[in-house]
Amino acid sequence: MATERSTGTIIKVSGPLVVARGLSGSRMFEMVKVGELGLFGEIIEIRGDQYSIQVYEETEDIAPGQPVVPTGVPLSAELGPGLLQSIYDGVQRPLDKLMARYGEFIVRGAEAPALDREKKWSFTPVAKEGEQVTGGDILGTVPETDLILHKVMVPPTIAGTLKSIKSGDFTVEEVVAVIEAEDGTSHDITMLQGWPVRIPRPIAHKLPPTKPLLTGQRIIDTLFPAAKGGTACIPGPFGSGKTVVQHQIAKWADADIVIFIGCGERGNEMTDVLLEFPELTDPKTGRPIMERTVLVANTSNMPVAAREASVFTGITMAEYYRDQGYSVALMGDSTSRWAEAMREMSGRLEEMPGDEGYPAYLASRLAAFYERAGLVVSLGKDKRESSVTIIGAVSPSGGDLSEPVTQSTLRVTKVFWGLDDQLAFQRHFPAINWLTSYSLYLDVTDPWYDENIDPNWSKHRRQTMVILKKEADLQELVRLVGMDSLSPSDRLLMEVARLIREDFLNQSAFDDIDTFTSLKKQALMLDAILHFNTVTTQKLEDGYDLSSMLELPVMEDISRAKLTPENELDSRFAELKDKITKAINDAAAKAQ
Amino acid sequence: MSTVAAKEFRTIQNIVGPLVFVGGVEGIGYGEIAEIILPDGSIRRGKVLETQEDRALIQVFEGTNNLDPGSARIRFTGKGQEIGLSPDMVGRVFDGFGRLTDGGPPIIPEKYANINGVPMNPYARDFPNEFIQTGISTIDVLNPLVRGQKLPVFSGSGMPHNNLAAQIARQAATKKSGEKFGVVFAAMGITFEESNFFIEDFKRTGALERSVMFINLADDPAIERISIPRLALTTAEYLAYELGMHILVILTDMTNYCEALREISAARKEVPSRRGYPGYLYTDLATIYERAGRLKGKDGSITQIPILTMPEDDKTHPVPDLTGYITEGQIILGRSFHAEGIYPPVDVLPSLSRLKDKGIGQGKTRADHAGVMNQLYAAYARGKNSQELAVVLGESALTPLDLRYMEFARRFEAQFITQNYNENREIEDNLDLGWRLLGVLPRAELKRIRPEFVEKYYVEATDL
Repeated sequence: MATERSTGTIIKVSGPLVVARGLSGSRMFEMVKVGELGLFGEIIEIRGDQYSIQVYEETEDIAPGQPVVPTGVPLSAELGPGLLQSIYDGVQRPLDKLMARYGEFIVRGAEAPALDREKKWSFTPVAKEGEQVTGGDILGTVPETDLILHKVMVPPTIAGTLKSIKSGDFTVEEVVAVIEAEDGTSHDITMLQGWPVRIPRPIAHKLPPTKPLLTGQRIIDTLFPAAKGGTACIPGPFGSGKTVVQHQIAKWADADIVIFIGCGERGNEMTDVLLEFPELTDPKTGRPIMERTVLVANTSNMPVAAREASVFTGITMAEYYRDQGYSVALMGDSTSRWAEAMREMSGRLEEMPGDEGYPAYLASRLAAFYERAGLVVSLGKDKRESSVTIIGAVSPSGGDLSEPVTQSTLRVTKVFWGLDDQLAFQRHFPAINWLTSYSLYLDVTDPWYDENIDPNWSKHRRQTMVILKKEADLQELVRLVGMDSLSPSDRLLMEVARLIREDFLNQSAFDDIDTFTSLKKQALMLDAILHFNTVTTQKLEDGYDLSSMLELPVMEDISRAKLTPENELDSRFAELKDKITKAINDAAAKAQ
Repeated sequence: MSTVAAKEFRTIQNIVGPLVFVGGVEGIGYGEIAEIILPDGSIRRGKVLETQEDRALIQVFEGTNNLDPGSARIRFTGKGQEIGLSPDMVGRVFDGFGRLTDGGPPIIPEKYANINGVPMNPYARDFPNEFIQTGISTIDVLNPLVRGQKLPVFSGSGMPHNNLAAQIARQAATKKSGEKFGVVFAAMGITFEESNFFIEDFKRTGALERSVMFINLADDPAIERISIPRLALTTAEYLAYELGMHILVILTDMTNYCEALREISAARKEVPSRRGYPGYLYTDLATIYERAGRLKGKDGSITQIPILTMPEDDKTHPVPDLTGYITEGQIILGRSFHAEGIYPPVDVLPSLSRLKDKGIGQGKTRADHAGVMNQLYAAYARGKNSQELAVVLGESALTPLDLRYMEFARRFEAQFITQNYNENREIEDNLDLGWRLLGVLPRAELKRIRPEFVEKYYVEATDL
């Protein structure tokens, strides 16, 4: 710690890359202030006396000869109460405060602390004076929002005897507890704690995922579920609805905390989120979902190096809430833009390029990021079990999934929701292709669903997949020889597959009822469609004519089942099944 | 502004394509503008792309023709590229360096602004939700444009994207009255004929009086094309946020812009990404497109219509591809429509306005708009399907319903998509036209429109 750091001098400027000399004593990934404007930067390479710095702001007018001042600390996130409901840029500057201070545009050298220094939080102690505490133990709680009770923890690196602890209203910088370490040093604990974003926060140990992350989106929950503590990716060409899927998950996922990173995406989309989320209420608690959300917005026109940092800022905040015992879902939209930021810096560092100009370490960086997801036992006595789930959008150029970012992502994520522009083109949303997508968590989620929702769940899911797969095969045949040449049972299968596609998988994000479907309703909807299949197949086997059974008014009822309100499920679906049975029986009898 | 601080050198070391390397310099700022003075006194301008202790790399806007390392002098201005701004710019024509080219009187700037702009704080943005009427059915009804949106036109060589752009520039208006409306037009690498078409058309229709034009022709230096959209957008920001005007920015042709960027990247020997375009093309395009928008508490707005020609009509080419990832939808022109003589040849099915739901409905256009939009789209998609079936199996194999859909698609193309270059259709008339076309279909088929609207507007066609 005692190393003397000296001020350096800029010798080269190339876009967001600045090279300086004379920074001896400074370390890799340390933050520095660049030039006369004091722009934020981070040391990303050291060659002899030459320090390469990526600068988080536009570097125009920065010239060789100007100073570079080391700060002695790595790029860190501020952690504490007040993160929720905030909107940050990639290096955790609060955008609302920046606007209040600097106006509508983000000027260079703008600064504002991530957490409000003035605001007082009501701190209730949990730990007792004289208690032995170690990193991760909960000292006290703060009601951060009506939804979330913030837990102030002993920082991971500190352990000892709790000498004193206060109760009352404090700002994040006021001391709420004092811990005396074994070597006699005393540590003042505030609610504000920092953590270097590039280093994963420590945990006791990791566990394999055991539960699905529920999203209320039928194709996801039923066919390709993600797991709490797992990883998922959504690749798709532009216009295929990546962002809408991400927004839907951010709105409806049954995680306690949602971190949404808009990484190199559209400004107007972030505005949409900002305007919409406070209006939406959580189906479980009835509170605005904004109360559990942190937004990180580094839009595409904001500096590229800050975009690189934004995913780390986001994941560090996610880990912080995970350590408090919450299940956290992190959406990254889009990781391709993050990879492009890496490519740009790599190019300017004149590194040897890998595929398509991406740096050779692309795959390992992506893997290390996704590895920060997981179901974990956190530090601390009470062995809290909690999770971070990462859902990354990927924007493959030209929709070509063979490009390096998609491929490297697929190697490390366990759920693949492949978006298909042909489906989007037919206005089938979410445009997740059911033939190419997969989830490797089925062996975890199937037993959970069977036990907790419906004993037939996994059976129905498999049956559905078989029908969809067969439909695809048959479609090729139909294209060659026409529908009429199919056997009646195949024609029935085509019809059932159509019902599954149009009335189950297709889900409108913009309809008040359809936007979220509970698991129970998902099970009932699928059950109704498969019931239609069973009854009709039976009649077919008994030798009845099919065509009389396919154009019944009851099909309309199956289509409308998605609009059944959640509080009338049992009666309405029992009715629907009866109606299906009756309609098919009547039709068969009439055809007789 | 002070020329005293300007540093002058006579130490050009290398000249590579549009790039000049200067040695023996000191403290040159990144992005600074340099002036290269030739022995005959003429001046060329360039921008510092990389600066080191004793060397600077300059990209010369007007090209390096005739440059002699021995005799040329270089003066560094100590600041980035700026443009002088004034309300008097409206109605005038500028070149790629922001100099007047229309022969009119000079303009005295009220202020100078750096053309690179500053990123808008996402928190300060106001969501685009005000409908702009372009008078073009395929846009207004099916892909509505809203203030603050960026909606590109994906075209191909030989298609009438210029006519479409000129028509939009001429007709664009909102449903409110008493607002100041202007057009900023930036042309990059277009031909004299194309440029002349725009200037004459703007003059003829009076659009010029509310327009600012920046023009770089195909034989002007390619490097200037990199400044043009930034000059245009800086002007637009001034007019919108300081003078409270609603500005429509038309950028054509973005493919030429990207090629200029590629030229510089290649000259710098940067590692190329797809098709030789630089890896930062996405970021670079975003710094242009993201300058569209509205700000909370400000009257004005910037709406962008970038136009690009897709090489080989290929949507996956890096230029349309990356544009599509940044912009809020796209209007795609279809070659087969054009070949059939349909104007404007908007390929309805793959075109999309992402903000379409935000700017329409009661109080903005008309309550039935969303339903009509979805129904027309769905019916046309089905009609095209029927047409394909008819080709394979013959019309006699179609059901009566399919035949109706086919007829719908035919009329839709002939009456709805097709309109005259000078035809400015009111949104209400457009929606009524939509209903007339939907009259071709049986009432039961209109499942995407709320029943009360079907009740109110539907009349079955009698001329089937």
